[in-house]
Amino acid sequence: MKNSLAKLLFVVAAIAVFGAFPVQAASNLSGDLEIFSWWAGDEGPALEALIDIYKKENPNVKVINATVTGGSGVNAKSVLKTRMLGGNPPDSFQVHAGQELIGTWVKADRMEDLTPIFKANGWMEAFPKGLIKLIGTDKGIWSVPVNIHRSNVMWFIPANLKKWGIEAPRTWGEFFAVADGLKAKGIVPLALAQNWTANHLWESVALASLGADKWDALWAGDLAFDSPEGVKVWELFGKVLKYTNTDAPSLSWQQATDMVVDGRAAFNIMGDWAAGYMNTTKKLAPGTGFGWSASPDTTGAFMFLADSFCLPKGAPHRDNAVAWLEVLGSREGSDTFNPIKGSISARLDSDLSKYNAYGQSAATDFGKDHIVGSLAHGVTANEGFMNDFASVMEMFLKSKNAQAAAKAAQQIAVKNGIAK
Amino acid sequence: MREVSRDRIKAFITLLPSVVLIGVFVYGFIGNTVWISMTDWRGGAALSENPVKNFIGMQNYVELFSGFLDGRFRQDLVNAVYYSVLLLVGAVGIGMFIAILLDRKPRGEDFLRTVFLYPMSLSFIVTGTIWRWLLAPQGGVNLLPTYLGGKALDFQWLSSMKTVLLFDWQNLFPILLYLAAFVLILLGLGKLRRDPSRAFKHYLVPGVVLGAVVWLFGDLLPRALFMEEEHGFNLATLGIILATIWQYSGYTMALYLAGFNGISQDLMDAARLDGASDFDYYMHVAIPMLKPITISAVIILSHISLKMFDLIFAMTGPDNAATGHPALDMYLTTFRANDFAKGAAIAIVLFLVAGTFIIPYLVTSYRQRRNAR
Repeated sequence: MKNSLAKLLFVVAAIAVFGAFPVQAASNLSGDLEIFSWWAGDEGPALEALIDIYKKENPNVKVINATVTGGSGVNAKSVLKTRMLGGNPPDSFQVHAGQELIGTWVKADRMEDLTPIFKANGWMEAFPKGLIKLIGTDKGIWSVPVNIHRSNVMWFIPANLKKWGIEAPRTWGEFFAVADGLKAKGIVPLALAQNWTANHLWESVALASLGADKWDALWAGDLAFDSPEGVKVWELFGKVLKYTNTDAPSLSWQQATDMVVDGRAAFNIMGDWAAGYMNTTKKLAPGTGFGWSASPDTTGAFMFLADSFCLPKGAPHRDNAVAWLEVLGSREGSDTFNPIKGSISARLDSDLSKYNAYGQSAATDFGKDHIVGSLAHGVTANEGFMNDFASVMEMFLKSKNAQAAAKAAQQIAVKNGIAK
Repeated sequence: MREVSRDRIKAFITLLPSVVLIGVFVYGFIGNTVWISMTDWRGGAALSENPVKNFIGMQNYVELFSGFLDGRFRQDLVNAVYYSVLLLVGAVGIGMFIAILLDRKPRGEDFLRTVFLYPMSLSFIVTGTIWRWLLAPQGGVNLLPTYLGGKALDFQWLSSMKTVLLFDWQNLFPILLYLAAFVLILLGLGKLRRDPSRAFKHYLVPGVVLGAVVWLFGDLLPRALFMEEEHGFNLATLGIILATIWQYSGYTMALYLAGFNGISQDLMDAARLDGASDFDYYMHVAIPMLKPITISAVIILSHISLKMFDLIFAMTGPDNAATGHPALDMYLTTFRANDFAKGAAIAIVLFLVAGTFIIPYLVTSYRQRRNAR
């Protein structure tokens, strides 16, 4: 009995000694780092690559990769809320840059201002000025953008289009011209998936119908949702919906993309994470295996959304989290993550040779197009508006009444403080 | 005497912890939710450490039932009624039917009992995922007729936009009163044989009068909403109802089977001697004897139908308004739109609806127990 107790004590002492004096390494940070995101499944490998860089630089930090699956973060956001309100924030969490973070967590005074980190790392110059303005308020900068995604992209398979004898439409007029022929052949002209992808399609249609300037005016509160232009958006959207698949509500966005890949559908309007999916998971080569263009009538406009990570007040391992943010904002981190994710770097000095054909073309457009924010992915509107907008969308999908939908949209804009 | 008081003290001390815990964590939080539902706790700053909450009275409730933007809640409430009614009819009916079949002691009864009870052991998320696949538009159930040489169905089990039995929410009050009159007349007809004078005095006459008054003067009733708003039975809920019935009919079967087994064999033999057929035996002897079981099945199923959340979430997702349910709406309003006050109001409405099921049950069972003493 005594003997075994002594052995046990020895083991405990040994663990304490080795634990207390770790092998000398690149950084002296230790403890845990919990990062919270919705990047699992197809998007998981990109996050893993970032974590690998972090682990190389900080070998003594144990990284806890807390992911909650669900496209666009539908489930992750509620889990995050429970944790934040319960006083148990993760060290750093993923959030769509823009109003989704500012309207909820910054207003609630639960985020740390990252301006010092931006200044210390020279990021004020590395990121575009317009972007920094969007991720910050007059009180500070609130998150580190990891990537830039484009929302208004239309995807297709060039070989299939050739087979059907059509070309990718540049305007909705051209789309309607080829769509009836496709329908007659039993091909779905435009693949759609569950509700949030309808919101996603709506913003591309709205951008086409309004144009970039009026789109900006809409969110600045200078153009009413129920103005004649606003009603026209819903009318065009209703017309586009006639060419989508009827089983849309039971599909995930990947399944809608699969429809295009399998030749059951001709086109799909989806963010450019679809490029990552088709390239990495479906093994198609960008440009030849799959093709893309700006969604009809939006050439010259770049509707962006960005994933970013931020630092909540009271993060249990603040120093580790700051080191994590420094990895994310660095050129190496950015250029490792984005080629895998299928997005482009938010930095101006990214190494374009690391990106595939799609990434290079998107980066070129990002440099010269009119940049506008996405609604479906949290750049232009706060969470209250986004939730209510989902109800308006459901109402429209059922009634197809453009007037009523435009009116309801105006009401929720007033309620959520966007319109006056 | 001293023995008794000491006993009481012991009992009190033993009960105290649970009384305190239930007082705080059940009734305390119900009270807190009621309070939140009467504030304006919402919007951007709602998540700060010390959010500002102002008392605004019943405004959230008024908005829910008559506000322009809360049509979704009203549709969800209508859905909840249909979910409850169809789940009750389906699960009790099918459960009872299977129980009667198994009560006939077919070969392999044990095995079959397990088979029918098995769905109960799955979680709603699992059931929901399985049925979502089964009810996919181009697969599963829709393909069944092709095995018989027929054509595949193209019914959109979960995403149909069709609605039947439409009514206008504006006419809510007359419709509710008609419903009350209808129920009164039905009850009266049921009691007509046993106690004609009571049936007329308490049920039939008031029912007919109420119906007639509403028919004549219904236009004087206030409108429930300032605009037309049609709600009805969404066909997309059929798939979800199907899955719920599948999951719970095994449970009611087990309840009834236990009840049937408890009925003494003598009773069955006596009924047989009197010339009762199998149908007569179940209809007039066995099922009336199991009234307590029917009541508890109804209570349990109806409160399950009020908590439907995970199944809908797994089968049609959060944003498919056609299949919505107040419980889902509460979650989205609270945790996605950050509108805690209105979310609390929805929760209280649900709580009151659940109360209308459970309180009469508690009252009658309490009375029965007191009478038995």
